[in-house]
Amino acid sequence: MLLELFSYPFFQRAFLAGILLACSAALLGLFLILRKDAMLGHGLTHTAFAGVAIALFFHISPFPVALVVSSLAAFIILKVREKAGLYGDTAVAILSSIGIAIGIILASLGKNFNVNLLSFLFGNILAVSNLELYSSLILSFLVILTLIFFYHELIFVTFDEESARASGLPVAQLDAILALLTAITVVIGMKVVGLLLISALLVLPGASALQICSTFFHTTLLALFLALLSVCGGLILAGFLNLPASGAIILLGGFLFALCFIIRRIPCILNLW
Amino acid sequence: MPPLISIRNVSFAYDGELVLEDVSLDINQGDFLAILGPNGSGKSTLLRLILGLLKPQKGHIYLFGQDQSRFKEWWRLGYVPQRATYHVDPVFPISVKEVVQMGRLARKRFPRFFNKQDEEAVIFALKKVEMLGYLHRKISQLSGGQQQRVFIARAIVCEPEVLLLDEPTTGIDAASQERFYDMLLEFNKTGLTIVIVTHDIGIVNKHVRQVACLNRKLVYHGTHEEFCSSPKLAEYIGDHHLVIHRH
Repeated sequence: MLLELFSYPFFQRAFLAGILLACSAALLGLFLILRKDAMLGHGLTHTAFAGVAIALFFHISPFPVALVVSSLAAFIILKVREKAGLYGDTAVAILSSIGIAIGIILASLGKNFNVNLLSFLFGNILAVSNLELYSSLILSFLVILTLIFFYHELIFVTFDEESARASGLPVAQLDAILALLTAITVVIGMKVVGLLLISALLVLPGASALQICSTFFHTTLLALFLALLSVCGGLILAGFLNLPASGAIILLGGFLFALCFIIRRIPCILNLW
Repeated sequence: MPPLISIRNVSFAYDGELVLEDVSLDINQGDFLAILGPNGSGKSTLLRLILGLLKPQKGHIYLFGQDQSRFKEWWRLGYVPQRATYHVDPVFPISVKEVVQMGRLARKRFPRFFNKQDEEAVIFALKKVEMLGYLHRKISQLSGGQQQRVFIARAIVCEPEVLLLDEPTTGIDAASQERFYDMLLEFNKTGLTIVIVTHDIGIVNKHVRQVACLNRKLVYHGTHEEFCSSPKLAEYIGDHHLVIHRH
């Protein structure tokens, strides 16, 4: 049965796209959580939604438009944060609301493309085309390689930004890189798990690994493993039980988080007994 | 030999409110300088200006004879931030080794991957602060004094020529403070220039060699013996609420 599932080209494509997305989302998500910036991923999904609506309205390919709109939104969020002196997630909230507003207005004006729009909201990994697969592969590699090359700098900036700045590290550029990579990952993920659920894929593996590990390197490895387990396990479950793949992936991720949460507290639970 | 750090007529204001006014100060090789001042006197601002975290609105800063705007060798300045003593997030998964490794990044070029030499430098720095036994421990599991030693190791792992510390003993018990200052004195004897920004005037008693008193302007700069015997000390303590610890 499992072998049969893997004999379908659409499943192979979904599997490959899912694995790469899992790696980029897990690596990136860990930094976003520890920078208390997990909402950035969530906010950029709303701006990607605006990008998809713009593309569908003008009958062009949603993938590149969503990529451009989300990247632009990421830079605007950074600039608004820097210049407007706003607290925490305010800049993200402003941009994400504007994104949703644009999406709603275009969906209402354009008519007839609501079904298409829904597939981006809820994801349709089994309908990944070859072109989408290749673009996802290239972009995911780009995200993963960038995170590997800037891994130590990003840890320093995330842990102690002031000292990183005093060491001469290019903190503003590293912030911009992280925001841009988040925008790219959101767009890659919109076909795989959907815009509504991609922020969960960004957050769950890192949040689960943080329950257990005490070094950054081990947390990174565990987050990667849990993300791969969620995506691969979720896809297989969806294939067997005929469920929506995005829902199965995120629910499995949620289950793994609960498991890590319990494992961490086992000594306390045993003490209670 | 020119001063390692030369501050020339520097002024700085936050939102129009002057915090530092026309401050000039030289820090020379081998100095063990305490920059004293009450809260809001501009001492932390001065440190942040030296480190390039803020830009002077008037005046100039020269680092190792070079204008600060052109200075690139930031590893020559080791920095221990004030918040380090109490800002370690218990959720952040980071070991002592990973924290000290960060200090090596300043001296590396892209791509910044660690090698055997970096590993040896981390071990050497941790040995110096007597924290090698905690190499793989999560930093948030250590006491305030132990964390402070790890942050010192991070600051010295690049073999800087000047070590700058901002209120380094905040939240550390008296016994640990004593050991901590003794350790800095040992570093100073091996040639490391040390600058401490503090409101703890007790440090003047036995550790530092030079004192600078700030209260928006530079009120005093000289040796600690002169400072202790001058009426300035009494005047200064009388005017401002500095913390006095007798060791």
